[in-house]
This record gives sequence, structure tokens and C-alpha cells, in this order.
Amino acid sequence: MANALINAPKTAKRGEAIEIKALILHPMETGFRPGTNGRMIPRNIIEFFSARWNGEEIFKMTFSPAIAANPFVSFFTIARESGKIDFLWTGDENFRVEESVSIVVT
Amino acid sequence: MKFRRLGLMLLPVFAASYALAQGGGDKRRTGYQDMSPALQQMQDDDTSNPGMLFVQAGETLWKQPAGKANKSCADCHNGVETSMKGVAARYPAIPKGADTPVDLAGRINLCRTGQQQAEPLQPESQDLLALTSYVTYASRGLPIAPPNDPRLAKFRSEGEAMFRRREGQLNLSCANCHDDNAGKKLAGATIPQAHPTAYPVYRSEWQTVGSLQRRLRNCLIGIRTDAYAYDSPQYLALEVFLMDRARGLKIEAPGIRP
Amino acid sequence: MPVRHPERSAAKSRDLFVGQMKTGPSAALGVTALNRRFLLVGAAVVTLLPFEAAHATPEALAQVIKEVVGNGRLREGKVKIDVPPLIENGNTVPLTVTVDSPMSDADYVKAIHLFNEKNPQPHVFSATLTPRNGKARIGARIKLADTQKIVAVAEMSDGSFWTASADVIVTIAACIEDVN
Repeated sequence: MANALINAPKTAKRGEAIEIKALILHPMETGFRPGTNGRMIPRNIIEFFSARWNGEEIFKMTFSPAIAANPFVSFFTIARESGKIDFLWTGDENFRVEESVSIVVT
Repeated sequence: MKFRRLGLMLLPVFAASYALAQGGGDKRRTGYQDMSPALQQMQDDDTSNPGMLFVQAGETLWKQPAGKANKSCADCHNGVETSMKGVAARYPAIPKGADTPVDLAGRINLCRTGQQQAEPLQPESQDLLALTSYVTYASRGLPIAPPNDPRLAKFRSEGEAMFRRREGQLNLSCANCHDDNAGKKLAGATIPQAHPTAYPVYRSEWQTVGSLQRRLRNCLIGIRTDAYAYDSPQYLALEVFLMDRARGLKIEAPGIRP
Repeated sequence: MPVRHPERSAAKSRDLFVGQMKTGPSAALGVTALNRRFLLVGAAVVTLLPFEAAHATPEALAQVIKEVVGNGRLREGKVKIDVPPLIENGNTVPLTVTVDSPMSDADYVKAIHLFNEKNPQPHVFSATLTPRNGKARIGARIKLADTQKIVAVAEMSDGSFWTASADVIVTIAACIEDVN
């Protein structure tokens, strides 16, 4: 189940640097853990995370197997105009989750 | 025996002094207090606590109709904050018409099969953990308060006997570590007093949320004995005892542990 | 009565063997005398634990840093890693990397990379930034397979590279389960 938790302020002042936190459910299987039969459990990770504000990319990050399960990221962005902030996670096994939040900037 | 009677007599004192960070006679500590500040901060921040993903998933499931009856939890119970407040604090309990206790997950499954006429949710399944997390969340901050059901006394004694009985290839009882050596280190980790205040818990070791039964199974594997199957009466008896031992300590939801 | 060194009992991640010595016959022989040998044995055992199929090496770490920096000069400073000095379980290590920068159009952080020394592979994350970020601060939760050093490299808009490193002691939980 796509299960993500975004924490971003609902309102902000123009020019203010706001903190955005993004958390998503995902096992982030490293590919380096042996399973019960002694063979490695295949890698299954989120590789890429990005955020767009009204379509304009404001942040992107590549994850490696060293990112903890249920990946958490926080970053800052300057509030410019009201609208929508879209989040995208993609990764192994055709993983693709999109979430968005609205924000009012005054 | 002595502990329990003394505990009941001093119940109001425990409840009061715990809030003062054990300034009084209560020498109990929760696993939260034994954790590093980094993990405490992770637990305290709802915006980044990974257990909140399960609480959030539970919220969705609470409103989802299920089973032949096509009913959701919300249809009977409405809002979780009001209907479920205090519920997690008084489980395990003996449901109506039964004579053995169930834990909170067991109670949720009774509703699944009884009221919703749906298949029970599997132990440690994402859905069952999500619903249990969500219902426990409604009791966050409330003191553990086992029900005054005299029928529980027998299970509590059984649980206490298990807690004190040496088992496994390492020939250890729960009490050997969690009473006699709590606060000391084992394999670099601080031995907690083992109060189940934070279940279902996000355990770093599991990289996901899991139940008290899962954690008890880890202990049994740790002392090199066979772990009982999920929902075995041994786990229920142990939980009845542990919750009584933790009486008055506040519920942490969602909890994080190493 | 065996004498205990407080810094060893608090900080060493190979306490598995120290703990076992508390109750065994070795305890009577003097914990301090045997501490170092058991700690080294413990370290060797822990590095053989299942979840490390291969090791990153200091060479691999240097290699990935070189891939970022190329022939440029890597300077210490401007970068700060906030990470707990000791974490009870390496599966979840919370940290923040902050780079001191005005994040203006003329002077901003283009990228922040985080690397590790002893996981099976040396990368942790790479974040791309623009002046619009306002603050060059990234929070993340990472996995560390063992006690090790982590290294952050910041790429600036003027082509300079800045770095900082942090040491993290990683202990393991007691009473785990089989991978089942």
C-alpha cells in the first residue's frame, strides 16, 4: 500500500524558508542480507525522490541501499507562491508513488 | 505475590510519582528512558516517527467497510479518539462470553470475524498492526490500567510463574535479565525493565512495526528455546502479568525502540 | 575484584564478549587484562555477521569521493554532520548534514553527497540543491553496518568542494530473531 506522510506547513510567508519532511513506507531491502536459504534477498529500494512546487523542481535526491527502511528526508525550500507541492518516489520493482500537499503563501 | 499486593496498595502513589520522573518510591523505568536522545526525539516527533505510517494506515482501515456485513469499524465505533480512548490501557481482557483473555489485536480480530463477518487478520500482518497501532494511539499518554476482572488473577499468576521460570539452553528467566540486571548492558544494549508501554512498536531491528508477541518471541529465541506459536495462551498470560507489572506507566504510541 | 574501565564499558560496540565475561570464569581473571583481546575477537566476529556480504574499503570510499571531486581540491569546513556518536541499532541512524552557505544566486550549494566507510557499498545519498532551497540542510535516516566514519562532501556553485566527517559507534540489539 502506498503510505506516505508529508509534513509541510499549510501556510507560509513569501520568501520564508520552510522545512518539508517526507516519510514513506518501504522495506529498502539492501540486497546484502542473506535470506533463510542462504541466498541474498534481492535488492528492493527507492532510488529517487523529488519535489516540485507548482511543477517546478525544488529538490531531488538519490537514495542508496544505505538509506534506512521507511525512508525519511527533510529539506528546506523558499515559499514563493500558493499552490501545490508534488512529491515523487521511484525505485526498484516499478515502485512509483506520488503525493501532494497544498500550501497558501501570503 | 508480595509485589502485586504492594503494587495495588501503592497504585495512587505510583501514578503520581511517575509523573515526577520517579522522584518517589517508583523505581520503574520504561524503555523510552533507556533509549538514546536520538531515538527519543524520533519517537516524540509525530511528523517523522515511522510508526505514524502505521497509525495513518490504521486510520484508513478504520473507515473501510469489510466482510460480508460490509461494515467499517467507524460504522459501530464512530471516531477512534472517543470510542477507543483508554481501551488499549485495559487489555488483555476477557471478552464477553469467553473465559480466556485476548490482547488488543485479538479483540480487533473478534470484531473482524464477529461483527464484520470478515476473515481474521493474520498476526504481524500490516493491516492488523496498522489497526492495533491506530487504536492504541487513542490511548496515548494514558496510564496502563488492567481491568478489575477477578478471572484474570489465574492468568496473571501463570504469567508471573513464566516470568520467573528459567528456560532455554541459556537457562535464563525473564526476571534474570529484566528484574535482576535491568539497567546493565547486554551485547552493548541496555537491558530494559521490559514494561510493554509502547506496543505495537517500531523496532529498528525489525525495520518495521511489530507486536509484543513478536518481541517475546525474540526473547525466547534469545535464550535459545522454542518460541510458542502466535496467540498461544503463554503469550496472553505473560502479557496479563506484564501489563499488571507496568500498571500506571503511560502508553507510548507509536513507540520506537532499538 | 576485577577493575572495570568506564570508557570501555560505555563505548565499545563489541560488549557482547565483555558482557559474557561478567559471569564466566574469565571475570575472575581480571576483566581489563582480557578486554582488548576479547574486543578484537568480537570485532572480527561481528564483521562476519550475515548482513555484510562484501565490505566497502577505505579505497572504495576514496574512489567515490574522487568521482565527485575529480581533480579539484577538497577542503575541510562549511559542512557539519549532526549524528549521534553512538546509536543502539545501525538500521536507523538519524542525521542532518548542514552546509554553511548564503544559498544566493551567486553563492549556493549545488549538491550534498554522503558516503560511508564500512557498509557493503560506499554511497549513502546525493542531494541536488538550488538557491531556492534557502537553507542547505538535509535530514535523513541511514543504515550503518558497523561502527565507522561517514563523510559528507558539498559541491559549491563556484566549483569548490568542502567536506566533513563524523564517527558513529554502532551497537546491536540483544535478543534478535532469525531472518524468517
